Amino acid sequence: MLAIARQRILGQSFQKIRPAVSVLRSYSSAAKKITVREALNSALDEEMSADPKVFLMGEEVGEYQGAYKITKGLLEKYGPERVLDTPITEAGFTGIGVGAAYYGLKPVVEFMTFNFSMQAIDHIINSAAKSNYMSAGQISVPIVFRGPNGAAAGVGAQHSQCYASWYASCPGLKVLSPYNSEDARGLLKAAIRDPDPVVFLENELLYGESFPVSDEVLDSSFCIPIGKAKIEREGKDVTITAFSKMVGYALKAAEILEKDGIHAEVINLRSIRPLDRTTINASVRKTNRLVTVEEGFPQHGVGAEICASVVEESFAYLDAPVERIAGADVPMPYAANLERMAVPQIEDIIQIQESEGYNSFAFVDTVVCAGNASVNN
Amino acid sequence: MALSYLRSSSSRSANLLRPLSSAASLRRPISTDTTPITIETSVPFTSHQCEAPSRSVETNPSELLTFFRDMALMRRMEIAADSLYKAKLIRGFCHLYDGQEAVAVGMEAAITKKDCIITAYRDHCTFVGRGGTLLEVFAELMGRQAGCSKGKGGSMHFYKKDSNFYGGHGIVGAQVPLGCGLAFAQKYSKDESVTFALYGDGAANQGQLFEALNISALWDLPAILVCENNHYGMGTAEWRAAKSPAYYKRGDYVPGLKVDGMDALAVKQACKFAKEHALKNGPIILEMDTYRYHGHSMSDPGSTYRTRDEISGIRQERDPIERVRKLVLSHDLATEKELKDIEKEVRKEVDDAIAQAKESPMPEPSELFSNVYAKGLGAESFGADRKEVRATLA
Repeated sequence: MLAIARQRILGQSFQKIRPAVSVLRSYSSAAKKITVREALNSALDEEMSADPKVFLMGEEVGEYQGAYKITKGLLEKYGPERVLDTPITEAGFTGIGVGAAYYGLKPVVEFMTFNFSMQAIDHIINSAAKSNYMSAGQISVPIVFRGPNGAAAGVGAQHSQCYASWYASCPGLKVLSPYNSEDARGLLKAAIRDPDPVVFLENELLYGESFPVSDEVLDSSFCIPIGKAKIEREGKDVTITAFSKMVGYALKAAEILEKDGIHAEVINLRSIRPLDRTTINASVRKTNRLVTVEEGFPQHGVGAEICASVVEESFAYLDAPVERIAGADVPMPYAANLERMAVPQIEDIIQIQESEGYNSFAFVDTVVCAGNASVNN
Repeated sequence: MALSYLRSSSSRSANLLRPLSSAASLRRPISTDTTPITIETSVPFTSHQCEAPSRSVETNPSELLTFFRDMALMRRMEIAADSLYKAKLIRGFCHLYDGQEAVAVGMEAAITKKDCIITAYRDHCTFVGRGGTLLEVFAELMGRQAGCSKGKGGSMHFYKKDSNFYGGHGIVGAQVPLGCGLAFAQKYSKDESVTFALYGDGAANQGQLFEALNISALWDLPAILVCENNHYGMGTAEWRAAKSPAYYKRGDYVPGLKVDGMDALAVKQACKFAKEHALKNGPIILEMDTYRYHGHSMSDPGSTYRTRDEISGIRQERDPIERVRKLVLSHDLATEKELKDIEKEVRKEVDDAIAQAKESPMPEPSELFSNVYAKGLGAESFGADRKEVRATLA
């Protein structure tokens, strides 16, 4: 209620004409929809076609057509020399992939889920991420590590962890996490073309979801720049950052919040490392409130880094403490009701309107914000 | 040592008078004489799942003198590094290779720079064998700009990509799958070259080694796994770490060869054999029976887990440089004085390189942020004081 009052006081003059959201702009009359799975498959196909140095390796990527069918058809098209089924030996095959990258090839190593990447994490961090630095630029490592990350459905504690914050803390790695089909295509293509090691965190539950894509996205040269977040929905009351599946939840929550007069700006991070601090901070300076959403464990998570960054760069602009919405601080339980409690739901995001910033501060806001607004706008 | 002087059969008639005249003309420091000589290795090779190569090794005076010079250089370099470390000019880790020189030198004689070598942290001499300079070694050890990794790597992270030397790795055993990956890439690129992945008796028990070996055998990769068995994994003797210290047999379905790693000629023969094998039949294991005089690193005296008698015994009976010296002298390829002159030259080279390395400055502070990525994309990086020390990565 008070939030709405504030809005009215700020007045029409400060209300921007909302530009067409970029997704809307790209709608054509014949908007095609593709699943994230198709997006990833086509990206792999095109990059393998364009560059003979690109090859795939992982468990079941070849004859099984991919554990989640992401690599379907690629063995038939490119042959067993370029699509390699590996034994269940992550440390060994990841090391082999990194060694091949040292020599100049461009491996795309699939982890059936990123939980298994822990078996190979020494090669990801010590053999891949740090090599360019330790060798003062002699040994670059153009490798992509990709696979599903985070919670699936009912797979239990050992198969549900989100590794975004672990990998994103390491200098020398780039860490990407797509949300929709456009992200999946553009970011995977960019990752394969990038000369540095990229950790590409997909989401099993998104593989089957369809999203509209423009002709530009379907073009074989389409690439999304690494290190740039995307504002999926513009707003002025609160900034919500999210990545992967949580972007979808944040967008749905934003629609619901809209009905209560809270206009949320939803930022799809796309790139966890490098983190687009510029876009996040610019957004928070506009909205004055920040909520970070992630599936992973809260402690030392992605939200913690975003919060720290905003406190460092935009403290004066914050009207309320930063809020973190993250997975529960417990190993993932199996029972459906407990699992539901262990992962953020749309209701958890909507709950932000109940917190302090939206109620008790609002009156102070109306006076202070009007003043600030005239300075900032 | 049994040495037999067998004239090469192809030149028997033409060269009847050769040995005398060439011996006379050989009396200069570095011989360029490539008259074949055949020398027997100290001991025959022991093989596993393959037929051992002959213990008669073809060499020539030039090669033997090069062995002598190169090993003397490596020996002198490592001893000098010891002194620099004690003078606190080298910090952190420093793992010295003296005693093991024959492996580096014999391997290079059998291969080209198109073949790849990857090793662990005891990498100074391997780097020099691949063509690295003394200046690059000492400057890197002292953390200076002229170092092979511009001072950013240190003792354990020497690289020379233009000679296909891929480091220099600190995590025990990691270099083996990496080496198999190099072999994969060579096969993928149809380069007709091989990779030598070196590891120690300590690393020989690593699981990832067997994972990589399994894949290499499945995919017929031209990978040669070389166990530099110096009998101690840091302070743990091989019999305390391995249920089966017959490392050349541990490949099971992968053939192996046990080699006297103190005999440069045996090493050369084994590597030549292994390269031919790997190009045709996939992976093979070479176990080099060798020894390090120093402890595991500069912080290990090396005498708490082995006796001084053992160390001095090996030095007296199996030292790789002494072995070549005796060969050169007994074959009249050079005089004692000439060899001593070589050693003096080498000592001077090392001293000059150290002096030059000391002149090299430490890296610029901006280098803290360079090479984090090959393509930095304008990302920001921060120092400890995030407001003062930050950079945009190019």
